[in-house]
Amino acid sequence: MQYENSYPVKGGDFKEAGKVAVLVKMALKKMGVAPEILRRAAIAAYESEVNIISYARMGTIRLQVRDDHIRIDVEDEGPGIEDIELAMRPGYSTATELIRELGFGAGMGLVNIKSCSDEFEITSEVNQGTKLRILFRIPETG
Amino acid sequence: MTLFDVMDILDAKLLVGRKLLNTKVDTAFSADLLSDVLAYARPGSVLLTGLTNPQVVRTASVLDIAAIVIVRGKIPPAETLRLAEELEIPIMATHYILFESSGRLYRHGIVGCIQKVGADEIVAL
Repeated sequence: MQYENSYPVKGGDFKEAGKVAVLVKMALKKMGVAPEILRRAAIAAYESEVNIISYARMGTIRLQVRDDHIRIDVEDEGPGIEDIELAMRPGYSTATELIRELGFGAGMGLVNIKSCSDEFEITSEVNQGTKLRILFRIPETG
Repeated sequence: MTLFDVMDILDAKLLVGRKLLNTKVDTAFSADLLSDVLAYARPGSVLLTGLTNPQVVRTASVLDIAAIVIVRGKIPPAETLRLAEELEIPIMATHYILFESSGRLYRHGIVGCIQKVGADEIVAL
């Protein structure tokens, strides 16, 4: 199993939020990824997408599928995160009213991504952007 | 129970998904925060919410939610309904408030798709 795709996300494009997540889900479903893993990957994609739209100028969500894992790399050009530890705290949010109207911005995004992944790495540079490396292991079957 | 029963109990109007009304459901999740829905809702559950934007439908699709119940008499915009048709997610609308809708379903045997969020996940700010 080998699949790669890259999805661009535009900052501020609130109407489109969730589109990439649905595409990621459909791609994984088509490849026959187990529903439980597929679900977690799509949730991570959704939260990542909302983060880019909410805070960055633009970004990319890259999906890689291999026999034993799914990897999602998120990269954005934006303000970056000054205090990652604080940003990872459940409930901490710098969301605007627009984001909250959409039903997001509850300060659970990064927490959700981390808790549904098998490996999670976040790096950020202020005034440059944020990178996420999210990994989901696919257990051997049979 | 089936989605048809849900519709009946909540005196709800079906907006999308007539063909899927025989789907069986026994759990639900109620929230107006999509981040919480993404974190805690389980596949095959009914999602009760006051949100009407297309993001609700995308969230439901990602999570394999059985149906969306829009509460407080709100009617979703056309783009939300179009998307629900495209992604095959049933949507119904009820005039009951979120608490009342949840309670009526619970009384008929529908339970929360999770009961509690683990103690270690609640962190004092």
